[in-house]
Amino acid sequence: MASIAQPQVMAQPITKPATGLWSWLTTVDHKRIGIMYGVTAFLFLLLGGVEALIIRTQLARPNLDVVSAARYNELFTMHGTTMIFLALMPMSVAFFNYVMPLQIGARDVAFPRLNAYSYWIFLGGGIILNLSWFFHAAPNAGWYGYAPLTSTSWNPGRNVDFWLIGLQVLGVASMLAAFNMIVTVINMRAPGMTMMRMPIFSWTTLIVSILLVMAFPAITAALILLAFDRYAGTGFYEYAAGGDPLLWQHLFWVFGHPEVYILVLPAFGIVSEIIPVFSRKPLFGYSVMVYATCAIAFLGFGVWAHHMFTVGMGPTANAVFAGSTMLIAIPTGVKIFNWLGTMVKGSLRFTTAMLFAVGLVSQFVIGGLSGVMHASPPVDSQQNDTYFIIAHFHYVLFGGTVFGLMAGTYFWFPKITGRLLDERLGKWNFWMAFVGFNATFFPMHFVGLAGMPRRYFTYSEDSGWGPWNLFITIGAFVLATSFLVFIINVVKTLRNGEVASDDPWDAATIEWATSSPPPVYNFASIPEITHRDQLWWDKYGDHGAGSGVERKAPAPKEQVDPSSIHLPNPSYFPLVSAFGFFILALGMLIDNPVLTIGLLHLPILVPIGGLIMVVAIYAWAFEPAG
Amino acid sequence: MAQAVATLETAHGGGESHIGGADHSGHPPTSTGLDSRKIAMWAFLASDCMFFGSLIAMYMIYRGEAERLYQAGQGIGPLPHEILDIPYTSISAFVLLMSSLTMVLALASIQKGNVRGLRIWLGATALLGAVFLGGQFFEFTEFKHEGLGLTTNIFGSSFFTLTGFHGAHVTIGVIWLMSLLIMSLRGGVRKDQALNVEIAGLYWHFVDIVWIVIFTLVYLIPYDEISTITHEAEGALRQIGLG
Amino acid sequence: MTHGALAAADHGEHEHPSEQKYIKIAIILTIITAIEVAIYYIDWMHDSGALVPALFILSIGKFLTVIGYYMHLKFDSPLFRYMFIAALVGSLAVIGALIALLRVHTIDFGPGGFIS
Repeated sequence: MASIAQPQVMAQPITKPATGLWSWLTTVDHKRIGIMYGVTAFLFLLLGGVEALIIRTQLARPNLDVVSAARYNELFTMHGTTMIFLALMPMSVAFFNYVMPLQIGARDVAFPRLNAYSYWIFLGGGIILNLSWFFHAAPNAGWYGYAPLTSTSWNPGRNVDFWLIGLQVLGVASMLAAFNMIVTVINMRAPGMTMMRMPIFSWTTLIVSILLVMAFPAITAALILLAFDRYAGTGFYEYAAGGDPLLWQHLFWVFGHPEVYILVLPAFGIVSEIIPVFSRKPLFGYSVMVYATCAIAFLGFGVWAHHMFTVGMGPTANAVFAGSTMLIAIPTGVKIFNWLGTMVKGSLRFTTAMLFAVGLVSQFVIGGLSGVMHASPPVDSQQNDTYFIIAHFHYVLFGGTVFGLMAGTYFWFPKITGRLLDERLGKWNFWMAFVGFNATFFPMHFVGLAGMPRRYFTYSEDSGWGPWNLFITIGAFVLATSFLVFIINVVKTLRNGEVASDDPWDAATIEWATSSPPPVYNFASIPEITHRDQLWWDKYGDHGAGSGVERKAPAPKEQVDPSSIHLPNPSYFPLVSAFGFFILALGMLIDNPVLTIGLLHLPILVPIGGLIMVVAIYAWAFEPAG
Repeated sequence: MAQAVATLETAHGGGESHIGGADHSGHPPTSTGLDSRKIAMWAFLASDCMFFGSLIAMYMIYRGEAERLYQAGQGIGPLPHEILDIPYTSISAFVLLMSSLTMVLALASIQKGNVRGLRIWLGATALLGAVFLGGQFFEFTEFKHEGLGLTTNIFGSSFFTLTGFHGAHVTIGVIWLMSLLIMSLRGGVRKDQALNVEIAGLYWHFVDIVWIVIFTLVYLIPYDEISTITHEAEGALRQIGLG
Repeated sequence: MTHGALAAADHGEHEHPSEQKYIKIAIILTIITAIEVAIYYIDWMHDSGALVPALFILSIGKFLTVIGYYMHLKFDSPLFRYMFIAALVGSLAVIGALIALLRVHTIDFGPGGFIS
């Protein structure tokens, strides 16, 4: 279907990528946007890490006074919010952006400019959240923002406003990215790439994006109600006004539990790509893996109230949600066994990527098992709001998500940069992360069961928790050092790392068929897909990956002249419009000066930002897309 | 807010061309043969279901709370049954329903290449949408006049929020239709671009079905009857020994 | 969701209804709306408790008619049908659960009564 303005301007011939700052600001290339997501998210990860280290320093000994109780509230709130919304989610989106279109043999995502827009809005949201530090108003009501901690009577400052506006902006970015990913996977696959031939990572991209577009509206609505409570004085979450604080908890967790799967399923997708490659065996139970992913996503919408067993929902509700929560262990267990089944009798190569992937399998199991423990309401009543919960979800989100994302980084780094990360430093990186991670979070099970509550800024001498806490803090610093090793590795590799071939790992999927790094147009001619693990089929045919018997090289396909490939034009309107949105959102927080139109009092930044945003969108709509 | 921006995003209709058209180096048009923008619109509507679902759940959870507080002597009126004007809102509902008809007629026109028909029916749809919005504006000011504001009681809060966000969706729809109309007047919407109209239409009909739900749940289901049902349920439960 | 099946189903023109059909549907929708409003003013409907179920059935009918005919879900690609129905059913399940959870959590198990 032709678009209105399409034929007017021919895209410039693309033989080599443009360079310079302007080319990055106006880029609509999914690979560059992926890199920008990855780098930005990593910087936010470091920021969240520093917040965690301050928290751990404060807790190293009893009755320390490194930070005040109020500052401590801000730190744990921002640590959680940053890690979830600004580090892990966008890092997953980075892989969606970079890898998925290559894996399905597309030239770009379905809506390239929308993709750039998502990134710039995300950046704006991240900046807004962190600007709060400079206004002495960092969010302080926890990443879950429970009512009435967020009400104006208990929290009169701008702290919660920064949080709710920031999340709202980030929600827009996530949803726009997710719509794009859904359409790309459904509609942009190379010829012959049926859904059941699609690499598992692309499958998880689709499923996670569906989760995003179905889960985020709940928190959008919840945040709108919170904004009305705070800005207009309604009482949606005020018991005295006829409202109900529990409505917030329910809406938040209707979003919040699928969010857990939004965070962890991409990592599962990544290790499902890595383990077969380094076992030289196709993934064990591919279709079961796909169904398990769908089942987790589906069940993930029916378990939210297990976060609320202690609020008094009554025995029926508790029993139902306990049951559905335990049910979700089944598809998750299926995945674990599929990974193990892939490794059985494989010729294993323990590269750093593989180590992190196997690390995920082992560490996530620990997190999963403690999860099954407090799926039981009586057990949960003991463990709720203690460090046991902290231990549990860090095993899921660090042992699961971060290990998976690190595995993906070591795996795809040569494809992205054309250079292989150093394996010796990589092994140091992995083992320090593994030891540091377990030293940090395993003892939290013990102090949690001993009764140490989460979110308290200190504890007394005679609690007996002191020695473990010192140990945990030391572990946290070891863990932090592992990231230093990673940074050194990246810098060293970019300077003079080993140059990677197109297919350094002897991998299975078609992103390794193009050059490293890929050209702007990804593939000179779009590959025809005839098999799952297409690249292995191309290389080994029926002999299989582990055989070492190379198939006779297939006749090279006719190469398309790259300058004839039609790609979208770069555009600065996504950046301009996202900037307008940023200003508009900022206007909700900086209420001086005020513009008065009749009865309406608006902070001046709101109409200015809104105008920039809308004008840029219209300009974009009528801009030749190329 | 997410919804508004997402809609505006899709609203730019023609601008966002997607990669891999039929003429691009032998890449097939799309994997499914369907247009990417249409899939994106349906995905957005799916997501919007959940957004309005959350707001409707909120409304239904707080339905009757204002009366309960009032009876307990802790709340203030006006209460829903005193203020909601069913004949007036029926006309609004009818107007929106008719705008759905004019919308499909606009699409049918352009699919046959009838540009004049498209302009007439698009204009009619935008006009009916504007009439609906005018009606809502008048309704809101009337309520305000009778003492019901956003913060008066939980009924006011939930009523204005739910119907207000629906109104915001209608507003975006009217702006979108007007943009299409202006594009058409400048010669920009031809028969082969009927999809631009179809996508706007999907959005518009979705806004209409949301109103079908709101009209029933907010206006027509009587507020006294809810409490009667509750009492009956209470009695029944007591009879079987659960109460 | 295989390539062939979807592609085959969706090439070429969809069988959209004619204008006359659209107008007929609009008349039906208007009549349903009129019935909805009319039964609201019949005392018997209130007293017998039939009003709410009747309103539900009528508005579900209107809802399905609009998505089926005006949004072409009845004729268009099954993909759209699956997407929207799945979202609708999912949303309804969550809404239902939320209403059940939040309207029942105020259960008073004491002698005062079931729902306080």
